[in-house]
Amino acid sequence: MKRKEILRKYEAKPDNLLYILHDIQDASPYNYVTEEDMEEIADFLGLPYSKVYGTATFYSMISQKPRGKHVIRLCDSPPCHLMGSESILDILKEELGIDVGQTTPDMLFTLEITSCLGVCGVAPAMMIDEEVFGNLTPKKLRKIIKDYREGNV
Amino acid sequence: MSLITKYVLISIDEDTLIAGARKVESELNRILAEQGLSGEIMVVETGTMGIMGKGVVMLIQPDDVTYVNVTPEDVREIVSEHLLKGRPVKRLQFTGKVDQSVISFRETAQELKKQNRVVLANSGLIDPESIDEYIAVNGYEALGKALTAHKPEEIIDMVKTSGLRGRGGAGFPTGLKWSFTAPLKNTPKYIVCNADEGEPGTFKDRLIMEGDPHKLIEGMAIAAYAIGAEKGFIYIRGEYSLSISRTQKAIEDARAYGLLGKNIFGTSFSFDLEIKKGAGAYVCGEETALINSLEGGRGNPRVKPPFPGVKGLWQQPTVVNNVETLSNIPSIILNGPDWFKSIGTEKSTGTKVYTILGHVNNPGLIEVEMGTTLRDIIYKYAGGVKGGKFKCALVGGAAGAFLNEEMLDVRMDYDHLGEYKAVLGSGAILVMNEESCIVDMLRNILFFFKHESCGKCSPCRIGTAQLYSLADKIYSGKGSDEDLEQMLTLSEAMSTTALCALGQSPYLVIHTAVRFFQDEIEEHIRRKVCMKDICRMNGAERR
Repeated sequence: MKRKEILRKYEAKPDNLLYILHDIQDASPYNYVTEEDMEEIADFLGLPYSKVYGTATFYSMISQKPRGKHVIRLCDSPPCHLMGSESILDILKEELGIDVGQTTPDMLFTLEITSCLGVCGVAPAMMIDEEVFGNLTPKKLRKIIKDYREGNV
Repeated sequence: MSLITKYVLISIDEDTLIAGARKVESELNRILAEQGLSGEIMVVETGTMGIMGKGVVMLIQPDDVTYVNVTPEDVREIVSEHLLKGRPVKRLQFTGKVDQSVISFRETAQELKKQNRVVLANSGLIDPESIDEYIAVNGYEALGKALTAHKPEEIIDMVKTSGLRGRGGAGFPTGLKWSFTAPLKNTPKYIVCNADEGEPGTFKDRLIMEGDPHKLIEGMAIAAYAIGAEKGFIYIRGEYSLSISRTQKAIEDARAYGLLGKNIFGTSFSFDLEIKKGAGAYVCGEETALINSLEGGRGNPRVKPPFPGVKGLWQQPTVVNNVETLSNIPSIILNGPDWFKSIGTEKSTGTKVYTILGHVNNPGLIEVEMGTTLRDIIYKYAGGVKGGKFKCALVGGAAGAFLNEEMLDVRMDYDHLGEYKAVLGSGAILVMNEESCIVDMLRNILFFFKHESCGKCSPCRIGTAQLYSLADKIYSGKGSDEDLEQMLTLSEAMSTTALCALGQSPYLVIHTAVRFFQDEIEEHIRRKVCMKDICRMNGAERR
């Protein structure tokens, strides 16, 4: 199984914990790490479960809840906020029919708010998975969501 | 063999990639091949040219013409009109004034005077994925010089004399930091590059890594030699995928050329580098939190002392420096500390890279001498304020300060800003016009701190949550004078009791907001009204 293969790539050193978490999450179809994942990592690294859990829950990029196929991360740090990210958020919520932190029932999208993505030159901005979208307008946003819904990406 | 007559430099960075730079590039290559021009016109991928929010950017050399907002449909016109007939396509030309960002790093002396590029000297001009191009512009010469002609102590003295101060925010003298670690006998020692750029509005380090990653690697190797480290880590935030891949390639190329690895330049010095990827935590920009994260755990800060210079990564002596700081090192070694000291002000030497954004006509990245005024940065380099009059600028990110109109002529460096209790910080300048609301921004910033607090110490864990809820009350039209008073006293208490800079920071932003915009805040409290119609007052009176 996948988890075993990923663990095999690593030396059993505690400083590999974060990278293993990254890898296991990337391999999950629902973009998260499960309790069993964390238990097995703890055994593999010889760490208490609490240490693995503590680390996994600390970082906002690692999720313990199943997430949609696409994770939308809208930036609401001061530069994007100033350039109108709040009204973009309103439209996102309306288009997707979910609130921040929730996943659409069809498991296609999860909506998250993120801290600064470092692309403030094109604020307001968001990331969908690894892709960055900037200079967002209501019209542009609706088209992007439509494209993802129809699989045109 | 045909002769190259023109170069098309196309900027490939996160911003232009969003705008479809790859599509434009492949269309360009396709049309050049179709017209049989591939041998005469060379397409070069570069890092950023400093122009943001203007789509795909390309520069034609030697004509010195910059095009912005280029789409694949425009490519044929550029090829047939400009590249074949020599007539620039006016409608796509960058219309910013000549003294702005990108134009000013060309070779002409007059233009160079306007922006003084040290860190970004090569960015936008060389292919960041080619080690040969970096070597062609004197790359790795400083490392060779350091290893073969200088002792480690001499390198530290040069950096001390240069007056270089940390560009991550705190401004601690770099040479002094190195001198604490260098004499320690406790090996191994480590050099760590802090590339966990999380301060809102800051992306200079990303553009340095995307535009000229070898400069950082060279700077780190020199630093390692000076302090006696054989191993280095670059901790890059997880969201910066292009920085990670470019820097990774640069490390591999440097290894292949023997510029990293065993016995560099035939000396006894060996050094190697590894990239570590962050996972989205602002607090990891704090050096001890970063070290904890490197060790694989939660990114909680440690109690200092002991400082990382003595007990850092795996309890070994560790120097942590910012990307921009390290990228200054090769030029200092190559041109000498006196040259470096001749730039900037007496106590803040060299240049500073700023990201300027928000309500300005030309958001982007600039590198200017320390001591340049905020007015010059906004009006000369960023094309002035957009959509209304200047209200204020948030300088230094969330951990920074609001500066209003009366502060426009303050010289931007560590000490002059320090006189006004403000900070240079990370170099982010967020310009706000009159249409923006200070309460809305303050609430947004305090939410950020609440969200990013790591929870280790109570002043910050409880304080940041309390500050946000107070600001939210004012934002919602439910605040009182006492709430504002409490924000001031609480943040002041946090500034002296919190374990790290995160909990200490809200003080500055709250106090400068109140100092310059007390009336506006009190309007929200006493009249329950947001004159800018931004704050959501839950049915209370609106303008």
